[in-house]
Amino acid sequence: MAKPSFQVARLPGFSTVAMLAFLALYIPILTLVVYSFNSEISMGEWGGFSWKWYEKAWANEAVKDATLRSLNIAAFAAVISTALATMAALGTTRRRVFKGQTFIYVMINQPLMVPEIVTAVALMILFGLIKTVTGVHGLGYLILAHSAFCIPFAYLPIRARLEGMDLTLETAASDLYASPWATFRRVTLPLLMPGVIAGMMLAFVVSLDDVVITEFVKSAGQDTLPTYMLGQMRRQLTPEINAISTGLLFITVAMLTAFFLLTRKQD
Amino acid sequence: MTTQNAIEARNVVKAFGQGDTAVRALDDVSVEIRQGEFFTLLGPSGCGKTTLLRLIAGFEMPTDGVILLEGQDITYLPPNKRPVNTVFQSYALFPHLTVAQNISFGLEMLGKPRGEIKQTTERMLALVKLEEMASRKTSQLSGGQQQRVALARALAPQPKVLLLDEPLSALDLKLRQAMQIELKRLQTETGITFVFVTHDQEEALTMSDRIGVMSAGKLQQVGSAKDIYTRPVNRFVASFIGETNFLQAQAQGNKARLSSGDVVDLDAAATGAVTLTIRPEQIRLADPADADALPATVTNLVYFGTDTHVHLALADSTEVVVRQQSPSTGDSGVVMGQKVGLRFAPGAAQVVGD
Repeated sequence: MAKPSFQVARLPGFSTVAMLAFLALYIPILTLVVYSFNSEISMGEWGGFSWKWYEKAWANEAVKDATLRSLNIAAFAAVISTALATMAALGTTRRRVFKGQTFIYVMINQPLMVPEIVTAVALMILFGLIKTVTGVHGLGYLILAHSAFCIPFAYLPIRARLEGMDLTLETAASDLYASPWATFRRVTLPLLMPGVIAGMMLAFVVSLDDVVITEFVKSAGQDTLPTYMLGQMRRQLTPEINAISTGLLFITVAMLTAFFLLTRKQD
Repeated sequence: MTTQNAIEARNVVKAFGQGDTAVRALDDVSVEIRQGEFFTLLGPSGCGKTTLLRLIAGFEMPTDGVILLEGQDITYLPPNKRPVNTVFQSYALFPHLTVAQNISFGLEMLGKPRGEIKQTTERMLALVKLEEMASRKTSQLSGGQQQRVALARALAPQPKVLLLDEPLSALDLKLRQAMQIELKRLQTETGITFVFVTHDQEEALTMSDRIGVMSAGKLQQVGSAKDIYTRPVNRFVASFIGETNFLQAQAQGNKARLSSGDVVDLDAAATGAVTLTIRPEQIRLADPADADALPATVTNLVYFGTDTHVHLALADSTEVVVRQQSPSTGDSGVVMGQKVGLRFAPGAAQVVGD
């Protein structure tokens, strides 16, 4: 061998450890999915395959209501955060390196670093204040809160895409009589699109399963799917929850697959 | 008829950075590029040739000085307002557009009518012989084809001046030579002024009407290929274009005494310590007994196929290289250590500045 190299994969017990890690990751999910098809109510016994709990969840008005609210919030939050993240990404990459750049990155990605519970309490206090002063209620507060913490998730793939983009293309567009706006619309944006869509989907998924901030910010009757499930758990644990979780899992996996396909190297 | 200059740069300075660390990429450059000519900016990397091109394109603004396009001041005009197009070194083709869409981009941005856009695009496709590729994505093309799309895209809006930034450097030798001929043909057919940037002296010599040789942010000499090769103004130009011998001498009128003690004729009168340049092909080997010939000894022979370089030492061991066409036998007719005489062609020895 020309150069002796250290490879983790060659260490004794590597495959065992890897296997255990994968089991730890997937056994719980697998259990959840399997028991969502259990016809018995108790986790203790297997009563045979059944769609019962899916039918029950589907017929449950409260679940339907929470699901629609979740999708509604996630859609708005994804669009708003992606629009803001795109601007932030353009602002932080389409220029020479500037003083305080790292500071700006940290500022933009704040939701990834500040403990979520702190943001949740802070938002609850601030929004509570606004609600009492203005008397305005509604879903807007949740959308606003979700938009804010989704920004870094939308920002990161967009920035990655921008950084991989050849700046000369924009120079070439301006050389070919394109105004700055036309350059953005005809060259930058179309090339950025996979990053934008990926960012939007990531934001959507992150919004969809948020519990902590939603739990603190929501008013009465504003349950999203995850907070509804949390509420149910306090009462009685039925496989209906398993069925809903499996549904949520399915949506998330579908979205993340699409995210992967879009961010994968093209051309 | 007085022909207007296509481009004129007056006392252009471009400094990067500030204060003590500032670098002058262009240091007081003035140049006139005539209408319809193939003008080449030639120089080593970092000499400022690309910076000058970028200033003409409008991608950067000069620190000082003025740039005129057909007599009009365009110094601070943004690139999209200048009737000047660029062929980029990396081609910079739009990957999300087809070949035809790339070519029509500039026309669309100019707001030309649809019919005209279609017509011009087709004409351009024909000009660069890519009719069959019109609906392909640019990533499906070879390097040479991409190069031609870049050319067609820049020519389509019929710019007053076409700027080419080392467009051939990414191609292999055979393709490069074919493209040199192609470029010259396009320039003649369209009649558009070409400003071509390169570090390749051969490229410059074969294509250009005139060449501007640059070094260290300054324009060293402007002239035709022949002017620059046969009458270099200074040491840099003489050594950058082709190969040459430099000899130190004391000049007195039309004669100069070399450090070896030999006396040679000059093409122009000079006095004092001078540097002479003599091209290797301007020296012939002669009989050592010849009274007019400089005595020398063969120190090395290097065979290049068409030519053989004969390295020689004068009486004080100053080195001189002579280029001889290789005879059909490949044998140069001299051997190492042989004593020979050197004869300079008339006007071959020229005084150059530093």
